[in-house]
Amino acid sequence: MSEQAPPVLAADAALAGGAALTVRQIFWRRFFAHRLAVVSLVFLVLLSLLTASASLIESMLGVDGNLVDLFNTKQPPSAQHPLGTDELGRDTLVRLLYGGQVSLIVGLTAAVGSAVIGTFLGILAGYYGGRLDSLLMRFTDGVIALPILPLLIILAAVDLNKLGLPSDLVASESVSIYRMVALIVLVGWTTVARLVRGATLSMRTREFVRAAEALGASAPRIMLVHILPNVVSPIIVATTLSVGGIILLESVLSFLGLGIQPPLPSWGNMLTNAQELIWGSPVLAVYPGLLIFLTVIAFNFLGDGLQDALDPRAIETRD
Amino acid sequence: MLAYLARRLTESFLVLAIMSALIFGLIGLMPGDPIDVMIFSDPEMSPEDAARLRALYGLDRPITERYLTWLGSALQGDFGYSRLYNQPTLDILLPRLGNTVILMGLSFVLALAIALPAGIYAATRPQGLVDHGINLLAFAGISIPPFWLAILLIILFSVTLGWLPAGGMGEGRDFWADQRFLVLPVIALTIATIGGVIRFMRAAAIEALRQDYVRTARAKGLSGRQILTGHVLRNAMIPVATILALQMGNLFSGALITETIFAYLGMGKTIYDSVVGNDYNVALVGLLLATLTTLLANLLADLAYTWLDPRISYQ
Repeated sequence: MSEQAPPVLAADAALAGGAALTVRQIFWRRFFAHRLAVVSLVFLVLLSLLTASASLIESMLGVDGNLVDLFNTKQPPSAQHPLGTDELGRDTLVRLLYGGQVSLIVGLTAAVGSAVIGTFLGILAGYYGGRLDSLLMRFTDGVIALPILPLLIILAAVDLNKLGLPSDLVASESVSIYRMVALIVLVGWTTVARLVRGATLSMRTREFVRAAEALGASAPRIMLVHILPNVVSPIIVATTLSVGGIILLESVLSFLGLGIQPPLPSWGNMLTNAQELIWGSPVLAVYPGLLIFLTVIAFNFLGDGLQDALDPRAIETRD
Repeated sequence: MLAYLARRLTESFLVLAIMSALIFGLIGLMPGDPIDVMIFSDPEMSPEDAARLRALYGLDRPITERYLTWLGSALQGDFGYSRLYNQPTLDILLPRLGNTVILMGLSFVLALAIALPAGIYAATRPQGLVDHGINLLAFAGISIPPFWLAILLIILFSVTLGWLPAGGMGEGRDFWADQRFLVLPVIALTIATIGGVIRFMRAAAIEALRQDYVRTARAKGLSGRQILTGHVLRNAMIPVATILALQMGNLFSGALITETIFAYLGMGKTIYDSVVGNDYNVALVGLLLATLTTLLANLLADLAYTWLDPRISYQ
């Protein structure tokens, strides 16, 4: 963060010097120039490893994350409970790690799901144009304009039994994860759809697409082989940037009691009782929120860094 | 212009009609129905009574028929009664819509008042220390969970310092004392909104600063301030207005969270309470009013375009 020439430009200057760099090397140079993105990537990798080893840490500490122990509620940190216990006497650290698994899985799955649907609709609209395009984009604008959270609250309250889903699935503990991912994908595809449509529109008139058409390539082949690889960069950036927003949305719904259902922990539902806790033990209200905050900001910085690395135009507007 | 307005309003009503059918169907899929709620509160009710009540309220008929019946009376201005409050739905919702508009409006104006100068300042000195600081704060604003931020504000200003009420509404006796209840919700919603606006404003101002008309303005000797307010701000506002229009739905979502935590009697909290408390009429009409509000806000932002950019005209 110095006052000298921006590091990204320095990387470009080195590039102009004639050194034969591969596309991948250029990417990494630009990415490493964004220091916050690098720190974020390291943080996210560490967090993923830590949450993935939740059960290992659980057995190392000799505690059970789901065990309710009403004689040992709201304990201060100790050797056995490094972050103390919650209002039901459960180990806070272990629950935070399991909650992190849930939040990360929901965030990544829903982001990828949204990207797939958004890409599909965006390429169709951009390639075929005309009435299909205006219909799909009107629909997209309509979804974007909706008050998403109230709508999600109603959707989250829908009784899955009445939808005719098998009752053993509805009763399973992980159903709230699937439901959460499905709901977020349902409203989350719009950003990628608009981006991909725009990128496809500009690709459609390029010579290589024209050539493929002249050679008799089918429309699905042109879209998959010729257009899709060329619009991948904005998709990657938008998807990374969306993970943070999705984790926020999941935490809000879980906080309101309509997302991930206890006893399955998520960072959001660990804060459901926080409003009562702030008068007695405010620390319990701080940890989950801090983790959400750090994870979301890390995904946003990572997306910002990827944008710098993948899209040279973004740097021009940055500086 | 009039034709454009007419087309936009028709579109908005079309969206509302689709939403009403969709939400009506979704509410039919929510657990239980009004009769289940009655059975729950009166264990002595026999199955025959329940069946009779279902027929009386028309709940035994197919959902399309029920929707058309609802639509018929809604078009005549009858939106039914609230189960939780025993009052006509609109009598509950309209005053709360007013409260939400106050909360959203104040936060929106405050966010703009801070974000526009901050974004422009950052744009004039890109990559400087202040720019990096503003950028960091903008990212923090986007990334902080809004409900957690609200809780932190309560911990700081209500629990620790004891300066402001932790939630609720005023009692309507002393106007200025009542406004104290607005302070924390407005701060929370402003912080949740401001990050995005700063980033858009900065990007748009950087783009505007590079245009030829800025160089021309400099060449003819205008001061930095004149260039910023007269040329950069006006032009940068055009792309920012698009994004602000799209933020209306987000702002409403933020208001819902803020209202719920601060027990502020607005639309968002009412919609949440009605969904959780099986108050079907209020949930349905509340969501439609929320949709209508965001659609109208979008329309207003589009009209603001013509004022910001006279090159655009809606024919």
